[in-house]
Amino acid sequence: MAGDSRSTGVYGALGSVWATLSTRAAIGPAWLRKAVGWALLAGFLYWIPTYYPESVVTALTKTVCLAIAALGLNLLTGYTGQISVGHGAFFGIGAYTLTILVTDHGWGYPAAMVVAAALSFVVGVIVGLPALRIKGLYLALVTLGLASLFPLAVKRFSDLTGGSQGKRLRPPLRPPEGSGLANDQFIYYVTIAVAVVCFVLVRNLVRSRVGRSLIAIRDNETAAATMGVNITRTKLAVFGVSAMLAGIGGALSVLDSRFVNAGSYQIDRSIEILVAVVIGGVASIAGPILGAVAVVFVPDRLPENLAVWKPVMFAALLIGLVFLAPGGIMGMFKRIGGEARVALARRAAADDGDTSA
Amino acid sequence: MSEFLQFTFIGLQRGAVYASLAIALVIIFRTTGLLNFAQGEMAMFSTYFVSVAYDAGLPLPAAVVVGVAGGFLLGAAAQVLLVRPVSNRSMGNPLPIVIVTIGLFLGLNGLAPRMPWGETTRPFPVPFGTGSIELLGATLSHRTIGTLLVLASEVAVLWLLFQKTRLGLALRGVASNAESSSLVGIPVNRMLTVGWGLAAAFGTVAGVLSVEGGVDNTLMISPLVFAFAAATLGGFDSELGAVVGGLIVGVFSELVAHYVDLVGQDLKLLPAFVLILLVLLLRPQGLFGRAQVTRV
Amino acid sequence: MPGGGELMADELLRVDGLDAGYGPVQVLRGLGFTVDEGEIVVILGANGAGKTTTLRAVSGMLPASGSVRFKGQEVLGRRPDQLCSLGMAHVPQGRGTITDLTVDENLRLGAYTRKDHAEISADVASWYDTFPRLGERRDQAAGSMSGGEQQMLAIARALMSRPTLLLLDEPSLGLAPLVTKELFARIADINRERGTAVLVVEQNANLALSVAARGYVLETGQILTSGTAEELQNDDAVRQAYLGR
Ligand SMILES: Nc1ncnc2c1ncn2[C@@H]1O[C@H](COP(=O)(O)OP(=O)(O)OP(=O)(O)O)[C@@H](O)[C@H]1O
Ligand SMILES: [Mg+2]
Repeated sequence: MAGDSRSTGVYGALGSVWATLSTRAAIGPAWLRKAVGWALLAGFLYWIPTYYPESVVTALTKTVCLAIAALGLNLLTGYTGQISVGHGAFFGIGAYTLTILVTDHGWGYPAAMVVAAALSFVVGVIVGLPALRIKGLYLALVTLGLASLFPLAVKRFSDLTGGSQGKRLRPPLRPPEGSGLANDQFIYYVTIAVAVVCFVLVRNLVRSRVGRSLIAIRDNETAAATMGVNITRTKLAVFGVSAMLAGIGGALSVLDSRFVNAGSYQIDRSIEILVAVVIGGVASIAGPILGAVAVVFVPDRLPENLAVWKPVMFAALLIGLVFLAPGGIMGMFKRIGGEARVALARRAAADDGDTSA
Repeated sequence: MSEFLQFTFIGLQRGAVYASLAIALVIIFRTTGLLNFAQGEMAMFSTYFVSVAYDAGLPLPAAVVVGVAGGFLLGAAAQVLLVRPVSNRSMGNPLPIVIVTIGLFLGLNGLAPRMPWGETTRPFPVPFGTGSIELLGATLSHRTIGTLLVLASEVAVLWLLFQKTRLGLALRGVASNAESSSLVGIPVNRMLTVGWGLAAAFGTVAGVLSVEGGVDNTLMISPLVFAFAAATLGGFDSELGAVVGGLIVGVFSELVAHYVDLVGQDLKLLPAFVLILLVLLLRPQGLFGRAQVTRV
Repeated sequence: MPGGGELMADELLRVDGLDAGYGPVQVLRGLGFTVDEGEIVVILGANGAGKTTTLRAVSGMLPASGSVRFKGQEVLGRRPDQLCSLGMAHVPQGRGTITDLTVDENLRLGAYTRKDHAEISADVASWYDTFPRLGERRDQAAGSMSGGEQQMLAIARALMSRPTLLLLDEPSLGLAPLVTKELFARIADINRERGTAVLVVEQNANLALSVAARGYVLETGQILTSGTAEELQNDDAVRQAYLGR
């Protein structure tokens, strides 16, 4: 395979640039380093499916879909202090909407995707309104209800959804002619493209005035209220966007699996997304990606006899992380980084002391 | 009319189960201000205890006593090992504790099939048998009568405990004002442990009452949501509310399922869910709760 | 200080080198004072001087370092409920009644550490004699009573445990002057009849010094002056700052 020779090259280049980026005495202005970093990341993402076999690419696509949903939940939790146990339901709403519109109504994929996102948003707002008007973690309660209800609704309306038997997505999304891409590669690129848009949007949202008011709300609702932030409306909008992201993740996930059934959108899906967020670290943008890798990519590679322990391991991880690293993995990295810097500073200070003595 | 009565009876039986579990949720909420998402799974687990004790040859009531004791220990252990250390660290932020209860939900659910009691559904006797009587043209099963009697005795026990004992007074004191309670000599942490134990003990009764044919790890998933609906309707800080709310939710969802085709037996959860949304929207403190809920 | 931590025969509470604060904020700086058995001691000080913090650290509500000896034992680090069982009762600032319980239940809960049921009922009855308002409202939720009524209840409840040492944080807060006077008279009675020692923080320095044997003046977490009630009443600085004359 041609990738073999290319891989060492890419790794080598990655390694040296990483080393350059991570040392303080880097060459070139900051913007240039940043640009090189992003270009490298883009190149890396582009390169993966040209090298790895279909099974890995598919698993990565799945991971990215979950990461988008986790990004949504992360936005909610990190920036409003609320928690949703129902993002699996929004994931399912997105998946079913896309499947039904494309398969039964002959819609094109882009339009179906937009409607899937919009519907998740609307359901989020309807469900979130009663809970977000009052103080307390009532959103968790309401979304637990939604998560439990969703698979039942799928079964109840099996004419529409295919019920427990499931429903196939037809026609599947095919790569454009002449692109030379395989199905899994094309779907991977589409998913990555949508994911990048979602991540950039959320990043801008968080850094905007809205983002600052979110932080204000999380940290002190009374103060935020006196500052003139309409708390209920802002929270509701955040929850809507959060649900929408989960819906987008769900809709994207069907592109590859091309199949939906009631069993895939039970409450454990919601908890999986929650686990991804807690692993990745609440209130960080990169966290959901790490979390999704830990929740989807790693367990997919576990041996059969360990797979039945997956829920127990997730539970242990969830509880363990709350104990050990309330900020999740990203928080852990930051803390370790901080401690390392403190240690370095200490050593430097000690060296100074030695020389002066 | 007799049909209406028939489904009301069934609804009352289901409602009594939801009420039992809602009592457990309310006990936790009152003492700690928390929603315990693991309440249902704790009940599922201790129902396994009952099942194992029963299969070991104990008569059902004795097996239930064993399960209730096991449930108490499970609840108390969860408080001591998980909830207490996390709440000490989270400084009033309920989010980490809620995440822990969700982790417990997932963990107990995943652990149950891995336990020595086996992966498959364990057969379990129908409580109070399959007999029935006729009443006003409808069938009232022994099970419905028995379940309601159990609920009535739970209410009596709860009332005696909370109103007539020193322990109950102390528990109520801690629920209302933990700091002042510690100043009069009440060991607050021990009371919280007892509260979690009690809640899980009541949950065990709900677990046993909700068995339909056998025990497996899905036993309490949907009852939990119904119980949350019951507690929301009754008010999270009112045991009486939990009982009334449970019965209303049970009857309401049964009747809606029967008379509204769109809902049907499959989607019985829908009326309960809509009830949660409406109560939060219109009367967030519930029917019997004190208006502590504030708007943001 | 003479003796440096050595326990005198009638010393009930001895605080030495007490440091306490809230997170990074240190409030108490090496505080030291004593309360003898059966003695009424008053702590005076401006708002924010650390009076409440002192009582909270002594009764185990706040982590602290240094030394707190009660009845000859080192009790620093013990929980409030353990100290209550040892005979220390604390009426926190702002009352701290248990608002969801009735007046009667509050009083009975005050006797949580006691086992003598007959005498508990007698004590409850005697408090209804002392504060007839409480008797009239015995089955009413404590939270529905007026601020002054709740203050009476909080003090009565603390005394229900028959403490050896009563910590009172601004008992006059929210009480009418006449009621405050009655309250202090009652505290003096209890002190005389039962030998209950009292450590009281009070803004009404005149009144407090009139019943107290000794007093301490606290400023920014340290003892500024101390002396007998009489000495403090005649101290010019104290008179200016706290006695308003
Ligand atoms: N919970 C808290 N967190 C942080 N700082 C606090 C807290 N409580 C008190 N403080 C600070 O500690 C200092 C002492 O407070 P303290 O309540 O002991 O004062 P005080 O002498 O009782 O005053 P007052 O007469 O107003 O009751 C003050 O500067 C106050 O700001
Ligand atoms: Mg004070």
